[in-house]
Amino acid sequence: MENAFGQPQNVVVLGGSSDIARAITKRLCAARAHTVVLAGRDRELLDGAALEAREYGATKTDVVLFDAEDPSNALRTVSEAFAKVGEQVDLVVIAVGLLGDQSADEDDAAASARVATVNFTWPVAALAEIRRRLVLQGSGRILVITSVSGIRVRRTMYLYGGTKAGLDRLCDGLADSLEGTGVTLQLLRAGVVRTKMTAGRAEPPFTTGPDEVAKNVMRGLESGDRVIWSPPVLRYVFAVLRILPKKIFRRITDR
Amino acid sequence: MTRATLYGWGRTTASIADVVTPTSDLEVATQLATSTEVIARGLGRSYGDAAQLSGGVVLDNRSLGGVGEIGEDGVVTVGAGVSIDELLTVSVPRGWFVPVTPGTRQVSIGGAIAADVHGKNHHVDGSIAHHVHEMRLVTPTGAVTVSPTEDPSLFWATTGGMGLTGVATTVTLRMTRIETDQVLVDTERFADLDGVMAAMSGGDADYRYSVAWVDCMTKGAHMGRAILTRGDHAMRGDVEKPTLKGPRKPRLAVPFNAPSGLLNPLSIKAFNEVWFRSAPKHEEQEPQALSTFFHPLDGLRDWNRLYGRRGFVQYQFCVPDSKGATVVDAIKRLSGSGVPSFLAVLKRFGPGNPGPLSFPIPGWTLALDLPVGPSKLSGVLDDLDEMVLEAGGRIYFAKDARLSPEKVRAMYPRLPEFLEVKNRVDPEHRLTSDLARRLQLTGR
Repeated sequence: MENAFGQPQNVVVLGGSSDIARAITKRLCAARAHTVVLAGRDRELLDGAALEAREYGATKTDVVLFDAEDPSNALRTVSEAFAKVGEQVDLVVIAVGLLGDQSADEDDAAASARVATVNFTWPVAALAEIRRRLVLQGSGRILVITSVSGIRVRRTMYLYGGTKAGLDRLCDGLADSLEGTGVTLQLLRAGVVRTKMTAGRAEPPFTTGPDEVAKNVMRGLESGDRVIWSPPVLRYVFAVLRILPKKIFRRITDR
Repeated sequence: MTRATLYGWGRTTASIADVVTPTSDLEVATQLATSTEVIARGLGRSYGDAAQLSGGVVLDNRSLGGVGEIGEDGVVTVGAGVSIDELLTVSVPRGWFVPVTPGTRQVSIGGAIAADVHGKNHHVDGSIAHHVHEMRLVTPTGAVTVSPTEDPSLFWATTGGMGLTGVATTVTLRMTRIETDQVLVDTERFADLDGVMAAMSGGDADYRYSVAWVDCMTKGAHMGRAILTRGDHAMRGDVEKPTLKGPRKPRLAVPFNAPSGLLNPLSIKAFNEVWFRSAPKHEEQEPQALSTFFHPLDGLRDWNRLYGRRGFVQYQFCVPDSKGATVVDAIKRLSGSGVPSFLAVLKRFGPGNPGPLSFPIPGWTLALDLPVGPSKLSGVLDDLDEMVLEAGGRIYFAKDARLSPEKVRAMYPRLPEFLEVKNRVDPEHRLTSDLARRLQLTGR
């Protein structure tokens, strides 16, 4: 069960080997998490993340393998992860995402579809099963990692930003649908984070490390706010950016 | 059966359960036999997740009512769903008071026993379990009557057992004789914590009821300034017009959730200041109504809504007599970290009882109300857990919403003994709660 500060004991992380997911898992384990099931594509990376979780206090860890390019496995993946927890699941983190290479992908039908599948279709399929299970158990939380790049989609990153925007908007409605079920959904809208996914790219302002994101997640779990911004100042930055005239927006962001 | 959202008095973690209202032992037994996971709930005054069970069945004990005749010796049998408020309404006009009452009368007798509640008289009269003659307990393996002499291990596992050994349906307990509905109260103001603790150590034995309210927001020389109130029931000759009136209904209520942040360091400091200044420096034998003395917060219905959407936690610990310094250190840690806290309640405990999960141990207990919100709070409380554990103390389950199972095992070394009794009467682990899952008290 989670405690009064929103700190869970039983956790499922989908996309569990990503840098942000690992940072969050570490902090969850340092708080109250004792059972952690990590799902992802790379067995070796997942095992490493599981070891790390145990170092930070988890007493039981397990991994589930899946490929987010194939939404038909979402039901099986979620079911397997819940079964491996073996008790009520307090928190499900959806940290599945694919940045892609916009310039290479934008004229490629298959590559564009792949970005959309990983960032949108697979999470949506997984959410259906997560929602069903948590509503049945009468409690639990879902944390979905979207991105500030979905707040106003840039022309240089419209595949990633646009698909994350779709997930973000869908989850907002999904969260409303959970009212009165004992289940809640929160969105993590992170700015650029220094991870293996963004390695080698220029760092825009407000770039943070994964642990700073994890810290903001812990605070967000405690407050229960629908949207967790990381860093928190981006809430105000994007309140301005989203209403800027197109020309100015492009000039600021086309870098 | 209705599906309902349930949470504790602190309004922190809600969960959904199927709520059933059984009206007889048989109906309780049927529910225990047919539900895979089940817990009883009274008036929902435990602060955390003790009386909720996500996805399970919650038995609302409020339908197990009825107050029997009060005997010459004060012995009465009541339904476990009867509240202390309802019991006092019947008993005070007849000259009887409950032997032990927590700070609110809005608790069911069954819930009071499950938490083994204590009151301002613990240093003299012990907790409620000391006054229970026997009770009818429906367990998953059958209904039994338990008492300190009939299946004592089950009796003592049930008092303080947070509802995890069965559902109490009727309870026989002995009331306290009173001649009036007044309490004669001595009040003293202290500029610091050492002063009030010395006065309590030295003088509590002369009073039946004693409690101190401590201001945890002041730093420096006035850290832990306090108001100590002590007293006993007024005799007929002590007051001008002796009366015996039961409690009144509260006239004020908080109609909706206040915005989170209404209770912030500034507003709480201001409240504490006003409260401290409005108490008399020194007052002797002042007559106060029973409810003013025992249940000051019951005058404002739903006061927990003042803490807003995020709710609040109550942190209550006890430490042995020799570890009074831990109380000082705990308040220092809190006032030093800037975590806002309403007036804390400080009290001395007398001897404990044989209950393996009963909270009180002889010494000191401190209870603090803390709004959820400051990011430091969870870490500060984890630190306090360490301090309490090191001092040989423990945390009160009825207030808890954040302790870890590892700490529970260390603070309650007799937990295995409790689980052995639980597994005897509940071999299929049907009796559980969100609290039991969180703190690993399920016996699995």
